[in-house]
Amino acid sequence: MNIHEYQGKDVLRQYGVNVPNGYVAYTVDEAVQAAEKLGTDVTVVKAQIHAGGRGKAGGVKVAKGLDEVRTYADEILGKTLVTHQTGPEGKEVKRLLIEEGCDIKKEYYVGVVLDRATSRVVMMASEEGGTEIEEVAEATPEKIFKEVIDPVVGLSGYQARRLAFNINIPDELMGKAVKFMMALYEAFVAKDCSIAEINPLVTTGDGEVLALDAKLNFDDNALFRQKDIQELRDLDEEDEKEIEASKYDLSYISLNGNIGCMVNGAGLAMSTMDIIKHYGGDPANFLDVGGGATAEKVTEAFKIILSDANVKGIFVNIFGGIMKCDVIAEGVVEATKQVGLEIPLVVRLEGTNVELGKKILEESGLNITSAGSMADGAEKIVSLVK
Amino acid sequence: MSVFVNKDTKVVVQGITGGTAKFHTKQMLEYGTNIVAGVTPKKGGSEVEGVPVFNTVKEAVEETGANASVIYVPAPFAADAILEAVDAELDLAICITEHIPVMDMVKVKRYMEGKKTRLVGPNCPGVITPEECKIGIMPGYIHKKGHIGVVSRSGTLTYEAVHQLSEAGYGQSTAVGIGGDPVNGTDFIDSLKAFNEDSETEAVIMIGEIGGTAEEEAAEWVKANMKKPVVGFIGGATAPPGKRMGHAGAIISGGKGTADEKIRVMNECGIQVAETPSVMGDTMIRVLEENGLKEKCKTH
Repeated sequence: MNIHEYQGKDVLRQYGVNVPNGYVAYTVDEAVQAAEKLGTDVTVVKAQIHAGGRGKAGGVKVAKGLDEVRTYADEILGKTLVTHQTGPEGKEVKRLLIEEGCDIKKEYYVGVVLDRATSRVVMMASEEGGTEIEEVAEATPEKIFKEVIDPVVGLSGYQARRLAFNINIPDELMGKAVKFMMALYEAFVAKDCSIAEINPLVTTGDGEVLALDAKLNFDDNALFRQKDIQELRDLDEEDEKEIEASKYDLSYISLNGNIGCMVNGAGLAMSTMDIIKHYGGDPANFLDVGGGATAEKVTEAFKIILSDANVKGIFVNIFGGIMKCDVIAEGVVEATKQVGLEIPLVVRLEGTNVELGKKILEESGLNITSAGSMADGAEKIVSLVK
Repeated sequence: MSVFVNKDTKVVVQGITGGTAKFHTKQMLEYGTNIVAGVTPKKGGSEVEGVPVFNTVKEAVEETGANASVIYVPAPFAADAILEAVDAELDLAICITEHIPVMDMVKVKRYMEGKKTRLVGPNCPGVITPEECKIGIMPGYIHKKGHIGVVSRSGTLTYEAVHQLSEAGYGQSTAVGIGGDPVNGTDFIDSLKAFNEDSETEAVIMIGEIGGTAEEEAAEWVKANMKKPVVGFIGGATAPPGKRMGHAGAIISGGKGTADEKIRVMNECGIQVAETPSVMGDTMIRVLEENGLKEKCKTH
């Protein structure tokens, strides 16, 4: 799960990570009031959307005085920002972060992520802050330093110091940088983050070490024990069909094609998209109904697929293991009863309770094209949709 | 021979009184798996499908001599269930449960260092040695006894590969589902090593997906060590970057973990990669023929 920068900074503040003062604003007036409350000579007006690259897209402005805050807030609120992470359709700005400006001496990068190779959390740091860390990793990998963290002892002082020395934090700010890193790791673990990225981390003219930006992502699997994080979810930033799907624990992702897919298992769901492409078709979605789905969940899944106006045909590809084919069949029949079915439907069933599933579909009287294999099914739906 | 499980494996089912566990305990028993015990706290003394239930894994092991466990415990408690299996010094713990918080698994992996238990999963279909022992949730009937080893990050894609092999007449030595989570127990290399040393296995298919670099590392290992032909497949070639494709581990980020890169490295390391998921079986058969193993591996 993603949250906004201002929310991320609030979370980090709770753990003692040093962040600039700031307030969220939903209107131009609120933005001006926030700036008044901060009372600083320089104020930063920052668009809050769930995507990076805001600065380049004109979503971050430095204001000198309240008039400029008003001008910039008016300009940015309601604007659609197109960045390298939003896709061509962009994202509309509905919230602003009004933050105190600071006298930046130098920009650094600090990030905390899971390292799959070691099954440990890793803290990364670089002197090349402010730019895309992927670009730094590509061009000058020697400028990224890593510390692998033992989950039993956590980030040790020596590790934080080593990172700080490696990225050339000035000696007089060493203590503050170490404290910053320790607090960042603590927040990462306590809140079940999957990413905590500070880019840039800055040192300032008045001797502070500050997180100028904060990108926090959370492990969806741990949200059950992070109720306060769940409350930070901004549904405006998410796809409507994906929100609907998440209510039923369905793993759904919208894509741009016209063939709706309903599959069990993430690997098979991905491969179903691949094979539709292989036969010249274009999938409208990724949908994994999961293992323990009930007929009700399958019904909802089917309805979500049908709610996409682009969908011109549906391919159901099921290889039952923990998922039973009869449950899928019941769900499909129930969904079509509720919302009707006017587009081609190709079903391929295999695995647990396959005979029962096939029987339910046959007896339903629905106009279903059955497929003997996933290749057969993909070929059929592609030709039916064309 | 086979890898990880065989007819002598004695299984304890953790979380046996849950709905899913009950259903699959019945399926495993019908397949012929030697299930000797179940565990659910506070349900000790009861029975499920005729299997005695204990309060703790330790008690189950002492009473029945179980040496492997399969875990169906819900995600918030699953990491603890793995720790309990490790503490009871089982040879093998297979965790079916999906959606375990990744920080829980980081701690589990740390705890397991130096311990004897092999973990398979979590978020996996389990392990099956056809006609001997089925531990997990895979549909038993698609498997046939034979000489092809199967190792996969994806449950349903494993079934797909096994089904294609069986339909064509090529049985499997063992099929191992290692699971789709970013932090898991047994990995591709552990499984390939076991298949390399197994006298029943003549060739291996490894099924990967986008995200991480486990496939690339396994391919390098194959190039350096594997004595038997390996065929591959990678799911998610058309997945858009930055979108998590169901599995916590299946995401392309920062240009890393793409199917193209994995396929390129696998090809370089001598692994033939099936172009689509529907030709995994055909690709294996072609490779068997090239290696003069086709007759030997044709089992039915």
